[in-house]
Amino acid sequence: MVKGYEVVIGLETHAELNTESKIYCDCKNQFGLEVNSQVCPVCMGMPGALPTLNEKVVDYAIKMGHALNCKINRVCKQDRKNYFYPDLPKAYQISQAEVPLCENGYVDILVDGEERRIGVTRIHIEEDAGKLLHSDKFDGCSLVDLNRCGVPLIEIVSEPDMRSSAEAKAYLETLKSILQYLGICDCKMEQGSIRCDVNVSVHKPGEPLGTRSEMKNVNSFSAAVRGIDYEVNRQIEILENGGRVEQETRRWDDVKGESVSMRSKEDAQDYRYFPEPDLLTIVVDEERVNALKNEIPELPNTKLLRYVRKFGLSQKEATFIAESAELAALFDGCMAKGKYPAKAYATWLLGDFIKYLNDTGKSVSDTCLDADNLTELVGLIEKGTISNAGGKKIFAVIIEKKEDVAALVDKLGLAQVSDSSALEAIADEVLAANEKSVSDYKNGKTNALGYLVGQCMKASKGKANPGMMKEIILKKLG
Amino acid sequence: MELYGKNAAELSAMLKNREISSVELTESVFRRIDETEEKINAYVTLDRENALKSAAEIDARRAAGEELSPLAGIVMGIKDNISTKGLATTCASKMLADYKPPFNATVMDKLAAAGVVVAGKLNMDEFAMGSSTETSYFKPTKNPYDTDRIPGGSSGGSAAAVAAGEAVLALGSDTGGSIRQPAAYCGVVGLKPTYGAVSRFGLVAFASSLDQIGPIGKTVEDVAMLQTAICGHDRMDATSARREYPDYFRGLENNAQGLKIGIPKEYFGDGIDGEVKQKIMDAVKLLEKNGASVKEISLPSADYALSSYYIISSAEASSNLARYDGVRYGYRAENYDGLIDMYEKTRSEGFGDEVKRRIMLGTFVLSSGFFDAYYKKAKLLQRRISAEFSDAFGEVDVIATPTVPTTAFRIGENTDDPLKMYATDICTVTVNIAGLPALSVPCGCDSKGLPVGLQLIGGKFTEQRLLNAAYTYEHLRGGFPAAVI
Repeated sequence: MVKGYEVVIGLETHAELNTESKIYCDCKNQFGLEVNSQVCPVCMGMPGALPTLNEKVVDYAIKMGHALNCKINRVCKQDRKNYFYPDLPKAYQISQAEVPLCENGYVDILVDGEERRIGVTRIHIEEDAGKLLHSDKFDGCSLVDLNRCGVPLIEIVSEPDMRSSAEAKAYLETLKSILQYLGICDCKMEQGSIRCDVNVSVHKPGEPLGTRSEMKNVNSFSAAVRGIDYEVNRQIEILENGGRVEQETRRWDDVKGESVSMRSKEDAQDYRYFPEPDLLTIVVDEERVNALKNEIPELPNTKLLRYVRKFGLSQKEATFIAESAELAALFDGCMAKGKYPAKAYATWLLGDFIKYLNDTGKSVSDTCLDADNLTELVGLIEKGTISNAGGKKIFAVIIEKKEDVAALVDKLGLAQVSDSSALEAIADEVLAANEKSVSDYKNGKTNALGYLVGQCMKASKGKANPGMMKEIILKKLG
Repeated sequence: MELYGKNAAELSAMLKNREISSVELTESVFRRIDETEEKINAYVTLDRENALKSAAEIDARRAAGEELSPLAGIVMGIKDNISTKGLATTCASKMLADYKPPFNATVMDKLAAAGVVVAGKLNMDEFAMGSSTETSYFKPTKNPYDTDRIPGGSSGGSAAAVAAGEAVLALGSDTGGSIRQPAAYCGVVGLKPTYGAVSRFGLVAFASSLDQIGPIGKTVEDVAMLQTAICGHDRMDATSARREYPDYFRGLENNAQGLKIGIPKEYFGDGIDGEVKQKIMDAVKLLEKNGASVKEISLPSADYALSSYYIISSAEASSNLARYDGVRYGYRAENYDGLIDMYEKTRSEGFGDEVKRRIMLGTFVLSSGFFDAYYKKAKLLQRRISAEFSDAFGEVDVIATPTVPTTAFRIGENTDDPLKMYATDICTVTVNIAGLPALSVPCGCDSKGLPVGLQLIGGKFTEQRLLNAAYTYEHLRGGFPAAVI
């Protein structure tokens, strides 16, 4: 609810699939290569050239369909969407209109600790268009780069099930992590590998749904949040001033932080969809659909819920671990040993480990950390054999080298003194030398305790078990 | 007889036995072109130099003892909507007047591998839309049997070139009769193969679901020889059929025994010229006398075929021709103000009237609000027409009809009346709608001395049976008078 209005959001998300070659020709599907170098008569729409479907695209889309709990349409066709634009060489985009490859699914997301189920209307396959290049250097012309023509896309259309920009963001982040898990999209936002169109409307509770606007050119998740918030406020303002929201397509300008009208409903384009006669009906046999289902790992959103519910991690911790398949595998490996609490592992993974990965640019598998040595390390700390600070020293070693953790304790001299008679001797010595602090404590200055424990640690050259040390001092102080 | 006047089967044997060289044949054809082309206008582009060069290469390979294909050294013309690498492929349109494809159509690669000599590119109706070759941007082609008359279309250049001896063989394309109709008007044989039998890769699309490339020759043998060379599965064309294709030439049989011929009464109605009807029935009777059986059948949806054909073909054309927008290749208007104006001027100036008419028609039938009433209904009719043919082929082997209701009309006679022009396709379009093979074989001349074509239609992938029936008829008919120009 925003200012007494209910917000309704639906998203159309385009994700570029990372197949080797393009969807309808043998050209390489790769970003950032020399302008117009990855093109052929087919993707340039030369007269007489014909498309042939890259079956990998169908496989990838079906995987996403399974991941989003969709019904897979084993028989479906491709259609032409006709419109003129210089980045579209055939003047039609091959897409799917009537029957998409996947439909009627859903995805569970977690927003502020609350679980939400977002409906997925459909997922269909289509080809990307090229890119127009504008520059003062081009002498009044615009140039076109056709490398992106024919890059395979899936369009994921959600139901209008989201109620806030935060939910929209969580939905998009969930889609992104699933795409990454499936390994079917590079998910590089800066390269435009995921883009979305946002549909927004507002209405008073109990009243019928409001008129929606569609916002295009939303190129990052944070832009989606800004765009939705802007649009919600714009619509509420119109309604509060007694106006009517127009059904229109708007363009989000993230730099200016505002949307501008592109075209109204009356100017809506007629795409004259019709079945693509150059391509056959797509027929996928049941065996293939099932085989693809079996290839799907436990997905990050499922993991996330498991980590929160079963292991008691916070949403932040769980999200962080679940979003990286490698990190999650490491974490699950540790938990499978059933020895120590999840929090103890999460502290290492979200702390020193992530810092190390960020500093070095390495991935999880580039390091020497595994479930065995991490569990051993956590165990030494839990048992009090080494201090947390000592643990950090060992961690710094085992992240880079396969070394025996127990041996490292000796080698680095990190073993804590947990022998109570030795600790008592130290305590006696320190208490005797600090009579003033002892009397301070007895007179109610409790922070003198910290000082005394600190002195004991110093006397032990840092090797005393701080917990035990504190308990002994307390006992001795009566 | 001059070499250019001989048929491909004869020439193939002479080349093989080294009685003649390909260079001699090529020179003969070009001498003929020099003599008659001014009157016929069959070619848009002639490629004399390269033709002689490839003829010499073939001769050298043969002299070196290489085993060559039957078509090696035979001189051909190619319809100008079939992509030829580096050689202008204009579709007889201002839009592509300067367009040289950077790649070969699959059929051109096949012909090159077979050692065919390409004389040049043949005139046609603009983007294959027309029935007379009068919509060509460049010039109208004339009928070799009467140069005041049209050669038919859209493959008018292909049929006229073969009839005039300006090419031994030719490739055409057939979307609604564009091979068979000009073949009938020009007294030559033309085959429209089963949809999917010949790769469409590199054929500039008019209506993708109906277009097929096919052969035109003086005799059934010639057509069988060329069809053998061009058919086959192609991974570049998703609609091309994956199956075994026979050698149609070697499979030819002169035998009418047991052949069951169907005569659909709907194709012999009021619109059909009496003389034409008579010639067709004469041909059928000749086959009957020699062992075939004849049966009247019914294809009741034929009346709606023309409408559904023009809806489906125009719908697809409106989309297929949208790429000619002046952005990347082809014609672009000289003066324009902004993108939309550039599109509008380019397309207004670059396309001829008939093409624009079809684009508008196709755009209309696909528009929201009209799609169901037109396109969808036409597609339903397509299913019904296909089913009626299927039923018919349960009873008969081939269906015989006139190829065209009349013989060739005069140049300009139908240009102001598109509907009358469209009606000339009435006997041929159903074949494309059902994706069937059909051929036209000359079956005599009318009282004006103009050729009449017998159309034989077969079930899917029964080209061999069709060719055999036509081959048998051709023997019974005897020689056919060549055009005198």
